[in-house]
Amino acid sequence: MIVPEIQKERITEYLNEGKRFDGRKPEEHREIEVELGLSKNAEASCSLKLGKTEVYVGVKLGLAEPYPDSQDEGTFMTSAELSPMASEDFELGPPKINSIELARIIDRGIRESGFLDFKKLCIKEGEKVWQVFLDIIAINDDGNLLDAAALASLIALGNAKLPVYNEKEDRIEHELSKEPLPVNKEAMAFNMTFHKIGNEIIVDASKEEEEISEFRLSIAVADNKGKPRITAMQKGKEASISEEDMEKILSLVELKFKEMMPKVNKFVWGK
Amino acid sequence: MAEKSKYTKRVDGRKFDEVRPIKAKVGIVPSADGSAMFETGGTRAIAVVRGPRTLHPQHKQNPEKGILRVTYGMMPFSVWDRIRPGPSRRSQEINKVIEWALSECVDLDAFPNTVVDVFIQIPQADAGTRVAGINAAVMALAHAGVPMKDMASAMAVGKADKTLIVDVCKEEEDFDEGEGATDIPMCVLSRSKKISLLQLDGKISVDELREVLKMGKKACEDVHKIQVEALKSVGNEIEEVEE
Repeated sequence: MIVPEIQKERITEYLNEGKRFDGRKPEEHREIEVELGLSKNAEASCSLKLGKTEVYVGVKLGLAEPYPDSQDEGTFMTSAELSPMASEDFELGPPKINSIELARIIDRGIRESGFLDFKKLCIKEGEKVWQVFLDIIAINDDGNLLDAAALASLIALGNAKLPVYNEKEDRIEHELSKEPLPVNKEAMAFNMTFHKIGNEIIVDASKEEEEISEFRLSIAVADNKGKPRITAMQKGKEASISEEDMEKILSLVELKFKEMMPKVNKFVWGK
Repeated sequence: MAEKSKYTKRVDGRKFDEVRPIKAKVGIVPSADGSAMFETGGTRAIAVVRGPRTLHPQHKQNPEKGILRVTYGMMPFSVWDRIRPGPSRRSQEINKVIEWALSECVDLDAFPNTVVDVFIQIPQADAGTRVAGINAAVMALAHAGVPMKDMASAMAVGKADKTLIVDVCKEEEDFDEGEGATDIPMCVLSRSKKISLLQLDGKISVDELREVLKMGKKACEDVHKIQVEALKSVGNEIEEVEE
């Protein structure tokens, strides 16, 4: 997407006065809407709308051999499809860097936070483990696909059930058990991406804002007894972060954590 | 006297010529030129149209008229055994037969060197995904304001043992008693009543084929009514048409 110079100037001017084109405050998220049960054939699936941005996410399980260096742990794979369906800017063909980066950030966020209990995904040490597939499909890109996809991923994983494993014949039956996918609720980290435009730091950027920003910083935050605990970060784009900007962002993390953590809990656990 | 069919009652209790509950909605992806959702029973398709826009690379352009390009894909979690993301031999063949099915619908003479892209995605599958995809695609094309000479409606008909059926579901597709299952996806142009997509897997006699195509054409007419209704009511979900 190419944002005309004049629009870029206007967005920046507005932001310097603390205003955004769509009427939001710099630290304000768009409305989030979630629908569970997109596919009856998935272990869990949901659609998530963040304003006009929309993603579909599904969880599937398979059987696999464990990796040599973690014989008693399940495996996890995240794929993201940013197909031209979702935006004029996406191209056909093999995954490009934008979808690879998005999938990797989400994969790391879930893996490193300890949200998935890999030990409990082991069926028989050294031989058989559960393989968790997380698939993300962009439906409409109106900015901040990353935070939308990351939240939808937590919701799908948090609501997934294990399929029935037939030990005798060593295969998965076409039905789900009552056993939930093993996750550590306390370890759950949600993602917030901050962008710098003009003198202002904003959250939940629209597509235009995303396009004209100087840098972005994505931060995954978990709940450590009511205080934010940072579990993953990724800085993107050319410009670098000043000390002042970093302080601004960290203060925003503390502020937004209080607002968002209860919301995220509600979306993932329904309460 | 002929033997009786082993498929005497449909798995979901439908009449043999009955289509699964249909839902249709136009206008689901705000950034697209046109978009629509079409659902029959457990099969749901979404379609997005972008274009006409300049086609790259240039050597693929047609200076006489615009090109219709279809990209169909099943979401990895749409079926029980996860599908690897990205194109497959199957999806590429489906792209082509859907392009052929829709080529007489659109009129791209006024748009040389351009492409009209149709993206079809299947979030949930219970057989008949290509026909559901076509039904969504036609609505999305009309919604995008692409010049059209005709509309099209599609349906999968078939046979389980000796019983002719309309809107085949997954369990029926896998029916393996007696003569087994025959699956016939078909697409009918709404004005000319011509068949623009026809494939068949299975075993069927000429007379049975004649009969089941008739049943399919009837079902396509019903689908057409719902498509029109959804187009008249952009943004609203349509479940059936009041007669």
